[in-house]
Amino acid sequence: MELKDNTNADRFQRSLMTEMDPDETVDSRGAACPGPLMDLIGAIRSADSGAVIRLLSDNEQSHTDVPEWAEESGNELLTVEEHDDHAAFYVEKA
Amino acid sequence: MTERIVIVGGGTGGSVLANDLADRLEPELDAGDVEVTLVNDGPEQVYKPVWLYVPFGQREPADGRRRLDELVDDAVDLRIDRVTDVDTDAQRLRFDGGPSTEYDHLVLATGSTLEPELIPGLAEGGHDYYSESGATALREELLSFTEGEIVLSVVGTPHMCPAAPLEFVFMIDDWFRKRGLREDVEVTYTYPIQRVHGNPHIAEWARPIMDERGINVETFFNAESVDPDAKTITSMEGTELDYDLLVSIPPHAGVDLIEEAGLGDDGWVDVDKHTLEAEGAENVYALGDTAATGVPNAGSVAHYQAGVVGQRLASDVRGRPATATYDGKTLCFIETGMDAASFVEFDYQNPPSPAPPSQKLHWSKLAYNESYWLTARGLL
Repeated sequence: MELKDNTNADRFQRSLMTEMDPDETVDSRGAACPGPLMDLIGAIRSADSGAVIRLLSDNEQSHTDVPEWAEESGNELLTVEEHDDHAAFYVEKA
Repeated sequence: MTERIVIVGGGTGGSVLANDLADRLEPELDAGDVEVTLVNDGPEQVYKPVWLYVPFGQREPADGRRRLDELVDDAVDLRIDRVTDVDTDAQRLRFDGGPSTEYDHLVLATGSTLEPELIPGLAEGGHDYYSESGATALREELLSFTEGEIVLSVVGTPHMCPAAPLEFVFMIDDWFRKRGLREDVEVTYTYPIQRVHGNPHIAEWARPIMDERGINVETFFNAESVDPDAKTITSMEGTELDYDLLVSIPPHAGVDLIEEAGLGDDGWVDVDKHTLEAEGAENVYALGDTAATGVPNAGSVAHYQAGVVGQRLASDVRGRPATATYDGKTLCFIETGMDAASFVEFDYQNPPSPAPPSQKLHWSKLAYNESYWLTARGLL
C-alpha cells in the first residue's frame, strides 16, 4: 500500500493499531440517540488515560456526535471504520 | 396445572400490569388455572412525579405514597419481599425473607436506582429531587435561598423523567421571578451532549425559552467531580462551575440482580423493543425503566408497555400467538413555569412536537398527578 501523505499514513498506522487491540469495546448498535455517545462517555469516564475505546454504533448521528464530543473533551478520535450496517469509532482517552 | 406469572416491582408498570392481568385473566384466575404474584420490596408504591413539587413547598412526599394492597386487585397475590436471585434456566426466584418460587412467566419491572457515589463529592455537595429524602433536603435549602448561583446538572442518562430537568429550571426561573428575586439568582443548566435535551425536537423547542428567560446553558458538560468545600463542579470536558446550590440528576442504574442474571448491563434488561421480551432468556419480559428500549424512563411508557405485556401474557396463557406490540408511545407534560405547561406525545416513528405552553396544560398535569392512582388501580 502506497502512502501518499502524512494524513493517510497516520490513518493507516492508527487503523492497524486500533484493529489490533482496543482496550474496551462498547456495542451500542440498536441504541437511539444519544445512547451511543453516552455509552462512549461512560466508558471513557472509567478508562485509564491512554486507553482506546471502540464504540460500535448504527446511529447516523454518531458521525457528528462523537467527533464533536471528542474535540470538546480533548480525547482523540483515532479513526472511524465503516462497516455494512454500523461504524466503529476508536477514541483514545487523553 | 396452574400457570404462574410473577411480576417483580410494584411501581407503575408492575401495578398496572397486575391489575390488567386480574381483569384480563379473571376466568382463569377464578378457576385456579393461573396465579399472578406481584413482588415488591416494601408495602407502598411511590409515585415519583410528586417530588418535582416538593422543593417548592407545593407537595408533600406522603402525597406520592399509597399502600399496594389498596391499589392491587385481590385476585393478585401480593408478596412483600426482596428478590435476591433470578435463575432464568431453572425459572426460579430466590427471596430475602422466604422460600424460593418457580415461575412460568416472569416480568421484571424493578425500575431505577440512584448512584450519586459514582461522581466524587456529588453525594456530599449536591441536592436532588429524584428521591424522597433528596426532595425534602432540597426544600430546606431552596425555601430560604434568596440570592446566588444555582446549578442544575444532568449527570447521567438515561434517567427518570427526561423532561424533569427542564421543568425544574423553568419552574425555578418563574418561582424566583414571581417573588421578585430573579435578578439576584443565577440559574445554570448543564447537559451531557451538545444540546439541552436528548431528543433533538424537545431540545430545539426548549433552548430558545431558556435563552429568553436568562437561564445559562452549558452543553457537553459531563460532571467528573464536585468539591463540596470550594462549591465547584468540574466536567470531563474541563469546565469548572461555581455554585451556591447544586441540584443534580444523579447517575442512574437498574438493580444488580439483572446483570447477575445475565439479562443486560447496568441493571437494564436487553429486550426486543416491540415485544418487550428479554433477549437473554425465555419467558421473561421487562417493562418501564427496566426495559432498555431507548424510550424515556417515564410512567406513561411503563403504563402503555404494561398493557402490551398483559395482552401478550394472556395470549400465551390461552395458547394463542401473542400479537400485541409496543410502538414506543410516550406522553409527557412539561412544566414551563409555576402555572404553565407544554405537552408532548411521540412514538418510535413520530417525533414529539411540544404544544404551546398554557395554564390549561399545567392544570391538566396537576389533575393527572392526582388521578394517577386510578391508573395504578388499572382504571384510567
